[in-house]
Amino acid sequence: MIEIGGLRFSYDEGDFSLEIPELKVAHGETVAIVGPSGSGKTTLLNLIAGTAVPQSGQVTTNGYEISRQHDAARRDFRITNIGMVFQEFELLEYLNVLDNILLPYRINRTLQLDASVRARAEAIAERVGIGDKLSRYADQLSQGEKQRVAVIRALVVQPPLLLADEPTGNLDPLNKDRVLDILLQYATDNAATLITVTHDHDILHRFQRVIDFKDFYAHGAEQFAEDIAGPM
Amino acid sequence: MRDVLYLAWRYLVYHRLKTAILVTSIMLIIYLPIGLNVVVEQSATQLTARAGATPLLVGAKGSPLELTLNSLYFSPEYPELIDYSAATMVADSGLADAIPLYVRFRSRSHPIVGTSLDYFSFHDLSFAAGRPMALLGECVVGATVAESLGVKPGDAVISSSETVFDLAGVYPLKMKVAGVLARTFTPDDDAIFVDVKTAWIIEGLGHGHQDLARPEAAPRVLSRSEENIVANASVVQYNEITEDNVDSFHFHGDLAGYPLTAVLAVPRDEKSGVILRGRYTDDDATSQIVRPVTVIDELLDTILTIQQFIIAAVIIAGSATIATAALVFMLSLRLRQREIDTMLKIGGSRARVASMLLAEVVIVVILSSSLAAVLTLLTWRFGPGIIESFVLT
Repeated sequence: MIEIGGLRFSYDEGDFSLEIPELKVAHGETVAIVGPSGSGKTTLLNLIAGTAVPQSGQVTTNGYEISRQHDAARRDFRITNIGMVFQEFELLEYLNVLDNILLPYRINRTLQLDASVRARAEAIAERVGIGDKLSRYADQLSQGEKQRVAVIRALVVQPPLLLADEPTGNLDPLNKDRVLDILLQYATDNAATLITVTHDHDILHRFQRVIDFKDFYAHGAEQFAEDIAGPM
Repeated sequence: MRDVLYLAWRYLVYHRLKTAILVTSIMLIIYLPIGLNVVVEQSATQLTARAGATPLLVGAKGSPLELTLNSLYFSPEYPELIDYSAATMVADSGLADAIPLYVRFRSRSHPIVGTSLDYFSFHDLSFAAGRPMALLGECVVGATVAESLGVKPGDAVISSSETVFDLAGVYPLKMKVAGVLARTFTPDDDAIFVDVKTAWIIEGLGHGHQDLARPEAAPRVLSRSEENIVANASVVQYNEITEDNVDSFHFHGDLAGYPLTAVLAVPRDEKSGVILRGRYTDDDATSQIVRPVTVIDELLDTILTIQQFIIAAVIIAGSATIATAALVFMLSLRLRQREIDTMLKIGGSRARVASMLLAEVVIVVILSSSLAAVLTLLTWRFGPGIIESFVLT
């Protein structure tokens, strides 16, 4: 599903750099990435999503070498193949719940909004317990409800890959479990790959594999590569 | 495109107060110069048309503008009065027909125009109902008066007192409506026309009262001689002219000395007009003759100059407003950076996101322009009323 090889990345400013000789994530695998702040976890998600481009090496997602594509192609690929969930939910305040869920269909012509999409959005919303709140705005929702809306926005296009950046970071234990249940259930039902960046070690047992970026600094890049190379 | 417009519209609706302020500001920038231009154009057309149709006005020396506005548009401010003999003098000159005008009194807000039947033929006024006034105390009302007061031939209108405290002055006179004029979209629509003698009766210069020679008036008679009967204040005076009492109405003194506000002089030809005007050039004369079209042209020149100043001010204010609106938009973009980043992160195309932001501006401009167009249409439709309110009162 995801293959990274010989990746080197650094930002234009600052001395941060990320080197990943090899990383493979299998189709349908659920992976948690942990590690100290600033170790490059979120950067790795951005490289997989194509919102960041490595200076060298390649990132291949679902057989598509995203790191070699131009900006527009990466966006088209991302909106149809990758569902993204953020710690701060990132809902648009001026859209109600239903419009927030359908946002991907309105901001890229690759996706076409029709009655079946609306029906699917409403069905998922019903399933996760916010079916009666579709006309509410973000400021009328609880934290847990906001994150559920953000998760449905990621799921509604039925992507084969989910990237979640600390999706439970702002949630209480009950909502944390609820959001994780939704993500993992989707991955199971659709054989989708789920990669989650988290600081919460209490939830690691729910993932098939855990990548700890702390090892990168403890054992060096080569040992880290062996650690995270993953199943073939 | 539909999705882009939808998102832009949702943003504007959610921030409706900000949107309303922006729309109102831009609407005013667009409307003010255009609306002002429409008003000025209409006022120029309306004023010039009426003035152009009125060849000459004779009135007391003083403000030509006051004389013209009172005589043509029946403005409440009336000029110094002249004697009725001024009308006789114009008629006797053989150079022009003379139509007397006494525009001083009102019935509610409607001017009462004391004149002669020649006024109707001169302005080519036709009757929607009834006939011209034929008796003292009868009146003819304009179309707007008939509509606003709900009167028709056979009904009555009452003149208004000039002042409540003037006990010896103007008392209300009940006037019978003889006819209703067809609408002309001129100040005539808003006027009540009476014979000039009826206007003098309103002023109290002519009056009617019970016959003091009859026996039932005896208790009110103080002294009686062959030529004169002196009565006390309890003599019944009539405030309505009817067929029964019309014969008792009379005027004291010489009518030649009775007041007019103006004489509308209609020269027989151009040369006669020039000669007639020449007769009023004496600096010592107590009256003047004016060409209304010249007076109105001067007024319009003044209005146009004011208009230029206003438009210049609006352009400066408009530029400042547009600059402020642009600043607000740019600051808004900065505040919305996170929202824009989110859309781009999840795969939104740059073109669509940019189009959405542009659509917000376009919708605001279209809304503002549409409202400005509606206001301009309303101004065009009700312009004449606005002109009357601001220019003639």
